Amino acid sequence: MKLVSYLTATRGRSRLHWTDWLTYAYLCVGLFLMFGPVLWLVASSFKTEAALSEFPPTLLPYGQKSVMVPGEEKPKPVFRVKLPDGTMKELPEIRRIGLMATYVDPAKPEEPIRVNIKDRQPVREFRLATENYSDLMRKLDFGKYLWNSVFITIVATVITLLFNSMAAFALSKYQFRGRSGVFLFIIATLMVPPAIVLVPNFLVVTELGLLNSLWAVIWPAVATPTGVFMLRQYMLTIPDELLEAARMDHASEWQIYWRIMLPLSAPALAVLAIFSIMWRWNDFLWPLIVLSKAEKFTLQLALNAFQGDLITQWNYLLAMTVITLLPVTVVFAFLQKHITQGIASAGVK
Amino acid sequence: MKLQRNRIIVAMSVGVLLGIGSQAVAQELRVQCYSDGNECEVTGDIAKRFEAANPGIKVVIDKVPYKAVVEQLPVQLAAGEGPDIGRVTDLGGLNKYYLDLTPYLGAARVKYWQDNLASTLSWFRSPEEKAAGKGIYGLMSQLTVTGGFVNKTLFEQANIPLPPATATWDDWMAAAKKVADATKTPFAMAMDRSGHRFAPLAVAYGAKIFDDKGKPIMDEGYKTAAKKFIDWHKNGLMPKEVWGGVGGSQYRDAFDEFVNGRVVMYYSGSWQVRRMSSQASKAFDWAVIPAPCGPAACTAMPGGAAYVAFKRTKNPAAAAKFLDFLAGDAVYAELMAKTENIPAHLGVAKAGVNYDVSPAAKTALNTFVADVPKIAKANYELQGYGLNRAVFLPTAQRLGQAVAGELSADDAIARLAADMDEQVKGAAK
Amino acid sequence: MNKAARTPWYFLTPNLVIFGVFTFLPIVINFYYAFTGGVQLYPQDRPYVGWDNMATLLDCKNYWDVSTCRKDLFWRAVWNTAYFSVLQVVLMILFSLITALVLNRKIIGRGFWRGVFFYPVLLSPVVVSLIWKWILQRDGLLNAIVVAIGGEPVLWLGEPEWAFFWVTFVSIWSQMGFYTLILLSGLQAIPADLYEAAQMDRASPWRTLWRITLPLLMPNMIVVGVLGAIRAVQTFDNVFVLTGGGPGSATMFVVQYIYQTAFQEQIRLYGIAAAGSLLLALALIVLTLLQLRVTKAESAGERAK
Repeated sequence: MKLVSYLTATRGRSRLHWTDWLTYAYLCVGLFLMFGPVLWLVASSFKTEAALSEFPPTLLPYGQKSVMVPGEEKPKPVFRVKLPDGTMKELPEIRRIGLMATYVDPAKPEEPIRVNIKDRQPVREFRLATENYSDLMRKLDFGKYLWNSVFITIVATVITLLFNSMAAFALSKYQFRGRSGVFLFIIATLMVPPAIVLVPNFLVVTELGLLNSLWAVIWPAVATPTGVFMLRQYMLTIPDELLEAARMDHASEWQIYWRIMLPLSAPALAVLAIFSIMWRWNDFLWPLIVLSKAEKFTLQLALNAFQGDLITQWNYLLAMTVITLLPVTVVFAFLQKHITQGIASAGVK
Repeated sequence: MKLQRNRIIVAMSVGVLLGIGSQAVAQELRVQCYSDGNECEVTGDIAKRFEAANPGIKVVIDKVPYKAVVEQLPVQLAAGEGPDIGRVTDLGGLNKYYLDLTPYLGAARVKYWQDNLASTLSWFRSPEEKAAGKGIYGLMSQLTVTGGFVNKTLFEQANIPLPPATATWDDWMAAAKKVADATKTPFAMAMDRSGHRFAPLAVAYGAKIFDDKGKPIMDEGYKTAAKKFIDWHKNGLMPKEVWGGVGGSQYRDAFDEFVNGRVVMYYSGSWQVRRMSSQASKAFDWAVIPAPCGPAACTAMPGGAAYVAFKRTKNPAAAAKFLDFLAGDAVYAELMAKTENIPAHLGVAKAGVNYDVSPAAKTALNTFVADVPKIAKANYELQGYGLNRAVFLPTAQRLGQAVAGELSADDAIARLAADMDEQVKGAAK
Repeated sequence: MNKAARTPWYFLTPNLVIFGVFTFLPIVINFYYAFTGGVQLYPQDRPYVGWDNMATLLDCKNYWDVSTCRKDLFWRAVWNTAYFSVLQVVLMILFSLITALVLNRKIIGRGFWRGVFFYPVLLSPVVVSLIWKWILQRDGLLNAIVVAIGGEPVLWLGEPEWAFFWVTFVSIWSQMGFYTLILLSGLQAIPADLYEAAQMDRASPWRTLWRITLPLLMPNMIVVGVLGAIRAVQTFDNVFVLTGGGPGSATMFVVQYIYQTAFQEQIRLYGIAAAGSLLLALALIVLTLLQLRVTKAESAGERAK
């Protein structure tokens, strides 16, 4: 029964009851489960391609230590080698043929030492494989893709907010024939998963000549049924008296919408804005089919180009994943309170 | 007509938006490219030289995920859209969208293409064109050959010699099993989850793949191989997670299994050499084995990706010129050397490609090259068959289900045959 | 129509036009696809085949045994989806409820904790699946932990039961935060004096939960149930990346089947895919109506009390 009192209590006690301990234990497990996987992803994205396919994986990114050897062009990997006299020494490996490897002591470069590969261990040091990121930046026209993504996200969100709130206003504050019909019609399309209508949608966009234009991603996305539904439910809670009073003052219907309804719906609009930003930023399948020119690519498309037919370059794929979730995370970190409160207050009424 | 008009409207509105009016610009070639490594970068470098030699033509490389090529490109092409040039793997399947380069090349260059690239030109052709030997459509930029990799260090530790070049799949499996037992390696062999990788095994055990009319069939050979393959998984010789681990017809390689020393032998292909030398070499010695045999043949499966031009291009002459530029002896040799691929170009192959790789990798690549003449006719035809993915995909799907224990071997084979049949019938409609 | 009657339509028009062109029209085309055959992309090029596509999908000798169906994969997907939806929605409501109750207690840094559970909601399905795939694969972190404590590596995504478990787990992981917040808002709307009255009556906490909290939370629970069920039935991209529908077809769901038929096969049978999507939509509509029915009956029952 104690468990239940813990579950139903809304007030804390003066000192920590064991149920409080349980609460915090639950929250800490939650913290670990929710953030742990993401942190693991970030740590992995700093590993080299070779370290990524290793098992068991190391917790932190390690790379093999390498040094420059006089007379060689590239840095050579360092191994801990058991020398013929039985002592251990860290030496750079010059080459390896079959089971024998050749080492050289930088102090005595003229005396190469040949050792069986069983008698050597790679020397590893903590090293962030930042080249995963810098290569990405070098190989990709990063600024361009970022701009396309940001453009789509912002423009689509603004239009979504405008159109959806106008529709929600009409559906919540006017009595007219066909109102419930229109509302049901919009809600019914919630039932259609986007992956199913990809092909017909592609045909429509092609016929409209929008292919390879950022608007091909924006227009189909702005009339969200979720947005209309959410805003309508919220606007229903705004008292009609406010509108009547404004009408008395000869405000036009547009002014009522713009000056009264919009500001009063701010919490719901904020929530829709967050969701819209998140949806558009994360879009992948639809842009993949309508955008095929590099200068129109979004970040998600450009970064996924590291998935080949036969080989996926995991180091780049992980790095790109971190890059794409960075903006969302930063926005969330700053607006976290508003977002969660907004949903709690406006989400569903 | 409608499309045409729409396109003009778009072009105009885009022009107005950008404020450039309708002024004529240089001919632009959009090259859609996916990459397994550095193919797109190398092509981009070569394109720069092409542009310098051909003022007025601009080449833009659009690097895309492979998914875009295999899933989205066909839809775009069917709608009359898409790039000017693409890097594709469904060589025969997209035939109806290809631009025939013959009229643009000129007699001398046509002869050059025919002399040097004859063996792969037919892959791009429709059945009628194959019979007539007509049509020049594409350039193999990445010729691959399937083959087995073995962990030589494990063989040495177990003190078991590598089987000879005439060894069958069963021999290899038996040897690998002995090594696995002696060295406490969990599995003897792994194979990429792909119908393409399965095909050499099937043909080795007598599959003809096609009937007299050129229609794909499930014959006894294919069934024998499929049963054998499922049994190997049941008996714990092959890791279940590769074929049974993912669903649908998804591709999954077994590279990690091999690199981490969990399998003695790995059936994959020539494209893995680069990764092998950079990752496996640190841990153990590896080698490529000659094409494994069966009662019917010692064979491998050719494959790869090719640059093709599409009919819809507005600059067919420029597109043909670019492909011809890529096909030139020196440029092609450079492309092969830098991307570490096997040449499909006879002249280049004869002259030898100067790969800048480790000795082990060089030996490996040469073993693959030596396998090319052994490739059975059925495998060649399958690679050039327009509906080859109607064979590959159900194979991965159904054998995968059998390996996962969802279907019995007989059911899987029956379903596989039905799937293939339905796809081929669907295409005929 | 007079001016006043036209006003709402002015406000509706932009949304309806976009909606009509980019949502409704594609659905109509999809409808048309469902009754045509062949591989052509443009509707006008496709031959009319009537109910053939539906019949192909529904062709089973025995609906309880998928292996007797002509399209066995479709039916495997149907059963998987049904099983998954029920399991996922029930578990998600349960965990969201527990989390909401915990968050509703007087705890230090409630805003922070609320954010913790909400964060995964913001990640794209592809990213979520990559993160978990990276942990659950054969050479992943979880197996490293298992090995470190002396166990044998487990094929988390390679054994049908485990794969199904993880698919369910990951989809709850990524969506739970949203539903938790909906339930939390419901909890906070419950007037405190109700609890005080219950305390004065010396009602046991258990009874308080059953008699006050849960009934008053019902409207929010229903919203969570309806939204959760719709999303569960539509599950696609996260599972697609995580398991690809495997092992075998253990986690293949209906939307993936439709996508595979239309995009991944060499011969793209749009008609079959469209017919499948119509059946899916039908199922969703029935499901929603059923839930609304239950809701109505319940609220009627409440009023009668």
